[in-house]
Amino acid sequence: MMNTSLQKPQRRSLIGNNALLLITIALFAIMYTAGCITYASKGFNHLQTFLNILISNSGLICVTCGMTCIMLTGGIDISVGALIAMDCMLLAVGIEKWGLPAPLLIVMILGIGVLFGLAQGFCVGYLEVQPFIVTMAGMFFARGMTAVIDTQQVSITSSSFMSTLANTKINMPFNIGAYMNSKGRLMIPYIRVSVLIALAVVVVIFLVLRYTRFGRRMYAVGGNQQSAALMGLNVRKTRMQAYVLSSFLCSIGAICYCLNTMCGTTTQALGLEMDAISSAVIGGTLLTGGVGNVIGSFFGVLINGTISSLVKNANLISSWSNVVTALLLCFFIVLQSVFARIKQKGNK
Amino acid sequence: MKAAIKKLVKMPLFLPIFSMLLVMAVNIIHDASIGAPIFGFFSLSIKNNILYGRIIDILNRGSETAILAIGMTLVVSASAGTDISVGSVMSLAGGMCCMLLAGFGNTNVSEYVTPLWVGIAAGILVACLCGAFNGFLVSYLNIQPMVATLILFSAGRAIGLLLCNSSIVYVRVPSFQFFGGYCWIFPTPILIAGICIAAMALVLKFTALGTYVQSVGINKNAARIAGYQSKRIIFTAFVICGLCAGIAGIVATSRIYSADTNNIGLNLELDAILAVALGGNSLGGGKFRFSGSIIGAYTIQAITTTLYALGISSAQAPVFKAVVVILIVLIQAPVVRAYFAKHNIKGIATSPKEAVQS
Repeated sequence: MMNTSLQKPQRRSLIGNNALLLITIALFAIMYTAGCITYASKGFNHLQTFLNILISNSGLICVTCGMTCIMLTGGIDISVGALIAMDCMLLAVGIEKWGLPAPLLIVMILGIGVLFGLAQGFCVGYLEVQPFIVTMAGMFFARGMTAVIDTQQVSITSSSFMSTLANTKINMPFNIGAYMNSKGRLMIPYIRVSVLIALAVVVVIFLVLRYTRFGRRMYAVGGNQQSAALMGLNVRKTRMQAYVLSSFLCSIGAICYCLNTMCGTTTQALGLEMDAISSAVIGGTLLTGGVGNVIGSFFGVLINGTISSLVKNANLISSWSNVVTALLLCFFIVLQSVFARIKQKGNK
Repeated sequence: MKAAIKKLVKMPLFLPIFSMLLVMAVNIIHDASIGAPIFGFFSLSIKNNILYGRIIDILNRGSETAILAIGMTLVVSASAGTDISVGSVMSLAGGMCCMLLAGFGNTNVSEYVTPLWVGIAAGILVACLCGAFNGFLVSYLNIQPMVATLILFSAGRAIGLLLCNSSIVYVRVPSFQFFGGYCWIFPTPILIAGICIAAMALVLKFTALGTYVQSVGINKNAARIAGYQSKRIIFTAFVICGLCAGIAGIVATSRIYSADTNNIGLNLELDAILAVALGGNSLGGGKFRFSGSIIGAYTIQAITTTLYALGISSAQAPVFKAVVVILIVLIQAPVVRAYFAKHNIKGIATSPKEAVQS
């Protein structure tokens, strides 16, 4: 099974997982190159297309990082989409109807994320209720609360803080990837603030998972709860902390989401939890816990984004992207099961 | 007295029946407070040759959840996981059925292109295939049920949309509306749900399916060593779940005589899982109580209908549903149960003999 010690993990036990990560990255590279060749005339080969995928998926990246952490401990969180809707609605209504300053609301949202995670984590960790049911209740609650706050779509228009953040373009340094458009204007690729937030989240969570006690504890608990407990690790606390971390990251994701959409609606981020779970699975995270990596999850999100971008470029109906994602998901799930079987035989 | 209450609480169907009674009580109190007849909840009347009444309404609207709960109970029991694809599969079955009846690309027809039974059979067959796919992944490839069904969860609805050419397909033929309409004075969905429930009850009573499923759910390997074909049993449970999703999908489609693929069965998988949990069944697999799941399904519908009657909007209703879910899981939580058990023993501990005996 998974090496649960805090030392450097043995090489042998990680070969399968590295292979999965490599397959994910290779798949992304192949898919993206194919897109570049096929849709070169539509500008798919410009750097901006890639950056646009990052921009439109910045919220999902944050959420998937949190989801990866939870899945590492062997749990699942299906409340993330609803939590994002609630956060966005609170932000929009807080600014537009209650007249509160945006920074205060952002701090409030992060606080709500932590509280939400504490409540769910307590039920999962200390009361030992099934994660699926707990987070389902969380989902119902958050989605309903969104409607309680407001049932209409509220657009954020009056906060200069939010609009500045949302409209800031950060150009690539040294004009990397710049090109002349048909009118002869130099187009410099840019990213938005939300991408910076998302990338920072990926880096921080990567470091946390790899080099901190908390991160290694999550791997240990997910790998085998009993042996983790026998090693003297606090299993309950670790599981709760994973939920707190996830909900906190989800709130950060909500801010990214809100910067992209600048509004709050009751149907916002509907089904986002499944996007996050499928991205994490495509990235090589096992739902049984103990195996996974945020880098993989990051590429999982990119693959999802590339698929929908390709489907859009091919002028197909958008449901094709769901079908293709599901096929990929199926491929990776079967692959994981095959790897798990090989590993089992190797251990015997 | 105390012993009697304790005995009552320990009854297997205590939780679902108790919550059902609670919902009825809320209804009666609400009726009394607004000055309506106190027992308006139970009243039945016949208008235009059709049976009316709040109970009939709950039974009618709860049909899909009840049909889904039949299959979900088996899946939860056998695989210790949940099938989250049933809502999507419902929509796929409805889309398939309407596509065949209307012909691909047509969005509004008043005549069948293919006979009615072909459409319905194809819809149910597709749903069974979906169940078989899920079952294959779970039983033969050893994939966690939730992950395996996640594939069809996202693909099912999308394939349904593709079949319907991304539009709502209307089949405006009276005989198609029968399954979601009325049969004599009764709403047909109630009858269909009744037939499904009765069929399953008979299967459980006269075959060993229930025993097989439970023993596989309690310990897969032990059941295999004892001579059960664990894999085939789990596979069967998923196929039955797919079949139920297909039937529920046809009913839901017939109700609105159109394949609204985006909305049919939306979030119904959660209701079905909730019904199983509310019925006092452990979501960790093993022993199950079929009747509990069915009562649970109708209780959920009763809660929803009551909330609407209380004037809560459909968008806000989930908050109350969340409260119900949390209460149920807290009652069932092993830690909470252990806590209560410990304190009960302490209460009795004044007479040590009894404590030892218990």
